[in-house]
Formats: sequence, C-alpha cells, structure tokens
Amino acid sequence: MRFFVRRGIFYLVTLWAAITINFFLPRMMPGDPITALIASRQGQITPEQAESIRVLFGLDNEQSLWQQYTSYLSQILHGDLGIAFSQFPTPVITIIKDTLPWTLGLVGLSTIIAVVVGTTVGTYIGWRRGTKADIVLPITTFFSSVPYFWLGLVAILLFSVTWKIFPSSKGYQPGLVPGWNWEFISSVLYHGALPAITIVLSAVAGWILGMRNMMVTVSSEDYVTVAQAKGLSERRVMVSYAARNAVLPQISSFALALGFVVGGTLIMEMVFSYPGIGYSLFQAVSAKDYPLMQGCFLVITLSILVFNLLADIVYAFLDPRTRQEG
Amino acid sequence: MTVEPAHLTPQEMDPPNSTAGVARGKVDRASQLLFLRNGKVITGLLILAFFTLLAIIGPWVAPYDPDALGEDSVAPPSLQHWFGTANLGQDIFSQVLVGTRSVMFVGFVAGILATLIAVLVGVTAGYLGGAADEGLSLLSNVFLVLPALPLIIVIAGPLDGANSLVVAIVIAITAWAWGARVLRAQTLSHRRRDYVEAARANGESTPRIVLAEILPNLSAIIASSFVGTVTFAILTQVTLAFIGVTGLDQWSWGTVLFNAQSNQALIRGAWWWFVPAGLCIAAVGVALALVNFGIDEFVNPRLRATGKYAKALKKRGVRARVGFTPVDRHEEPSTPVVPASGTVLVTEES
Repeated sequence: MRFFVRRGIFYLVTLWAAITINFFLPRMMPGDPITALIASRQGQITPEQAESIRVLFGLDNEQSLWQQYTSYLSQILHGDLGIAFSQFPTPVITIIKDTLPWTLGLVGLSTIIAVVVGTTVGTYIGWRRGTKADIVLPITTFFSSVPYFWLGLVAILLFSVTWKIFPSSKGYQPGLVPGWNWEFISSVLYHGALPAITIVLSAVAGWILGMRNMMVTVSSEDYVTVAQAKGLSERRVMVSYAARNAVLPQISSFALALGFVVGGTLIMEMVFSYPGIGYSLFQAVSAKDYPLMQGCFLVITLSILVFNLLADIVYAFLDPRTRQEG
Repeated sequence: MTVEPAHLTPQEMDPPNSTAGVARGKVDRASQLLFLRNGKVITGLLILAFFTLLAIIGPWVAPYDPDALGEDSVAPPSLQHWFGTANLGQDIFSQVLVGTRSVMFVGFVAGILATLIAVLVGVTAGYLGGAADEGLSLLSNVFLVLPALPLIIVIAGPLDGANSLVVAIVIAITAWAWGARVLRAQTLSHRRRDYVEAARANGESTPRIVLAEILPNLSAIIASSFVGTVTFAILTQVTLAFIGVTGLDQWSWGTVLFNAQSNQALIRGAWWWFVPAGLCIAAVGVALALVNFGIDEFVNPRLRATGKYAKALKKRGVRARVGFTPVDRHEEPSTPVVPASGTVLVTEES
C-alpha cells in the first residue's frame, strides 16, 4: 500500500508543478497579448468572463503574486479554464470535454495494439536472434526515426489520394449524428483506422527493440538455462521463463513512452484533422488562443498522470516484489 | 535498455573521445578501435557528417533563393529543379538545403544543453545522496512525466516566431530528465566502488573525484543520452516548424512540410513537396539510431556478442538460443563452441 501512497503523492506534486508552470508562463512572457484579445472583444465579453481571463493571465496587477496564485488555483480547481477566443464565446472546458474522448480513444487503442504487437514481435526476434528475423530491426528503426506527422502525410497520400481506401480527415462522416448506433460507430472506426495504423507503425519500433534487448539479456540467465536443461518445450521456456521476466521493464518504460506517444498523437490529429485535443491545440496555436493552449496542456498532463497511475497498478499486480516492499 | 556495469571494467566503458583513454595506452586504443570498427557507428557518423556539412554550406550552395518566386507552379522534379517547385514556383531543393542549418543547429545545441543539465543534476543527485538526491530525483521525475511536446508548445507559442536558439533552449529545458535519471543510477553504483574509495582515501577533493574519477566512467552513458536527446530535439524542431510555432521566415525541413500541408500538396499529388524533407529527417534519425546501437553494443557485451557470433553460427547451421552469449571481444569467433544442452558459455574477461 505504501507504494501507491508514494506514487500518489508524486502524481499530486507533478500535477501541482504543471499548474504552477501554467500560472507563471503567461506572467513571464513579454508583451501583453491578452489585453489586446479582451479589447478586440469589447462589448461581447461578459464581466465575469473578463475577470476569469484576468485571473488566468495575471492582469490583476493590484493583487500580490500570492493572491493571484491562490485565486488562480481555486479557479482551476473549479474547472474554469477561461474562454476560447478562437471559438468565442465557448468556454475552454467545453471544448476539451468534446475533444478529449477522441484523443483518449485514439491513443488508448493504438498504444494497446503497439504494446501487444511490439512485445510479441520483440519476444520472437529476441529469442531467434541472429536469424533472418533480425531484418525487422532496421525496418522498424526507420519507422521510428521519421516524425509521426510525416508518416501521416505519406499515409494520406497513398491510402486516401492515390488509392481511395480510407478517408483523409475528420473523425466521422460529416452529417452523421453522434450516438451509440452502428452507423456512427462504424464510421468512427473507419475514419480512425488510418491515424491509428500510422501511430502503431511509429510507436511499435521502440517496443520491439526494448523487448528484444531484454530477451537477449534474460535468455542467458541461469533459470532459463535450467528450464531448457529440464527439457521443457522451447515455447514454454520462451514464453513462461524468458519473456515473462523480460516484460517487466517494458511496463515501466510504458509510462515514460506515454508522453512521447501522446505528443505524436496530437501531431497526428493535426495532420488528419481528427476532432481530438491535439487538433484543438493546433487551432489554438494558429489562432494565438492562449487560454485554449494552456487548458489543453493541463488536461493532457492530467490524462497522462492517470495513465501512469494505471501502469503502476498493473506493474504492482505483475511484480510481487513491489507489493512486498510496500 | 539495461546496462549492467557490474561486470565491466572502467576501461570498457570509455568511448573513443574520452580524454582518460589517451593516458592509459594500448588497451584503450584497442577498445577505441573496437568502437569505430563497428559498421553501424561508421555508417551513422558518415551520414551525420554529410548533413553537418550541408548545414554549414547549404545556404551558399543552394541554386536558388528559397523564397524566390519562379514560373513553374508545383512542377515535378526536373533538371532545373531537382526536388520540383512549390505553389509559387519556389525551388524545393534550395528550401531543403537552406533548412538543414536550423534543424542541425537546434538538434546539437539542445542536445549539448540538455546533456549538461542531465550530467549536472544526475551526477550531483547520485553522488551527494540524501535530501539533495530526493529533491533532484523528484524534479527529474516530474519533468519526465510532463508531456514534452505540449509543454514546449505552451512555452514557445507566445514567443512569436522564436528563433533557433530560443527553440533549442526550450527543448533542452524539457528534454534533460531522462539522461539525468540514468546518470543518477550509474553514479550511485560507482560511488562506493573501490577506485572511488581509494581516491577519497588519497584525499582527493570532491570535485576532482566527480570530474576526474567518476565522470570518465560514465562517458558511454553520457554519449548515449546525448545522441538520444539530439534525435528528440531534431524531431521536435521539425514538428514545431510543421505546426507553425517557430517563425515561418526561418527555413527548416518542417517549414517545407508546413507549406506542403497548407497548400494541399497531398490533394494535388505533389509528392516531391514533402517526400525529400521527410527522407532527410529519416536519414538523420536513422544515423543517430545507428550510433546509439553502436554505443549500446559497446556498453552491453551480450548485445555485441550476439551480432558478432551470428554469422559464425549461421555457417554451422546453429540457431542462437538459450544460454549462448559468449562474451569475449579479443578472440575471433572462428569455431564457436556449441553447448550440448544448455551449457552456459560465458567467457568474460576482467
């Protein structure tokens, strides 16, 4: 249990750090773009909205920094992230609520596929090292070296423009009403296939390489040799003895890779005009919509922390040593 | 990547550029050669040298001004325009050439800065221990979990058209944590070893122990974390340019791709607009990955032996499997001994 308490405290500290970074950034930036934004919406913006923006961006110069900080914290904790100027007058939190599920779905699905496929392939080529299976390594290295978005561009060119197999943008068929019906769900899957495949292609290399190297290391441990000497089937030795131990570092590196995968997914959404949080972030960047930008950053960080916590729980479940120490 | 330093002598962990190696003479020169004899490392370094050269001379050898308008709009590659032209007739080959500089600049500057922070934080935390360690570890863990790309966007977004140096600094601020974590773990394992204890007993000062005794032994790991950071920085720079966070007046491979995307190059089927820039990124990325594989194999003898023995095993029709990772760098694997049934053959020197 102590393990979880420690991790929980760590995640709280990280969340606090993210919020604090968000608090100080606009206050350190040169110039005052926000006043200009408020001025440009003179008359349309309600006093409460203007006040909320002032708290977020530190325009209350009469207040001390500490007072600004506390009112900022309380406003964030109440879920008020200001209003999005690029989609005036929608509150930032509404936009994020609409877009977050798309990103979670895309990241979640493609990460699970990448982990399962990568670990399986890595186990195999780590076991059969030095054979023709090693050809997988340079190929996946190439896919992990090109940026996500470029792979996305090529995928669109090949599969949407040249051979019109998949749609090139949007999350579902325009005109459909979102709902739990087969027509909508199939449209979502159809539109999500190309982005998901591209993310898996980019992300899988790291998993293959990590698993392969762990397999090479673990295979020469004594207990694997003993298992082999006992005459257990090769498959059993590979899966239950070598892979089972090699997979643990994979899970701890999952948490570290997550930020990178999420970053890549955000970019992929920009390329595919996918209605997720990355596309909102992209629109915010091009429209210089700072409240939306910062809101996206906070929510993305929060989601990553939640996923990290899940990875911790899975790890503790798989590795009894973590539980004993706690 | 697990690095098992326990069975490595300090000499084995020296990369070729280690200054400590010069004094130690013959043994180290052999291991330097070993590092450079690795085909992967040579290929990677050659590709990197090529792009570094382009970064330096690119703007001078570019046949056209990258912004100059031309007559052919979106023309496919020809003798006049090797990579074709963009929507207003600009020469894409020149754009890619000129753009090389900012990509390589950001990559290396961010790599150097982030590695410096990582060494500072990681080695300090590992060597001092105690409260300093707790604090610095917490700091690097927090930076490790914060999503780098959104953080960079939030920092760099309001800095209108940030120049390359600012972008490099922002990337460095977000990218040092992984290296710091690895270095801390390594320093921790070195701190109580005999050679450090001996130095301490000799009355060497703490800075000298850290800089002259421990640091040279960490150089392989520092090199590997530097290469990793450069890869990350290059991908990030290109990505930032692609989404329009950096100024569009500075050419980068990402700027070319941004223009291609915003001018519907895909719908027009203008593959020449984005394929060359992407392949350049991939080439640099693969080169860095190759160097890193080389370092990995250099540090972890098990990985090295695997590659080394593969051919000899194949010749004899043996498939490498359990318990077969001979670790001996000096003997050529002319006749590998095949264990009858799971005999471990590990001939480690040291």
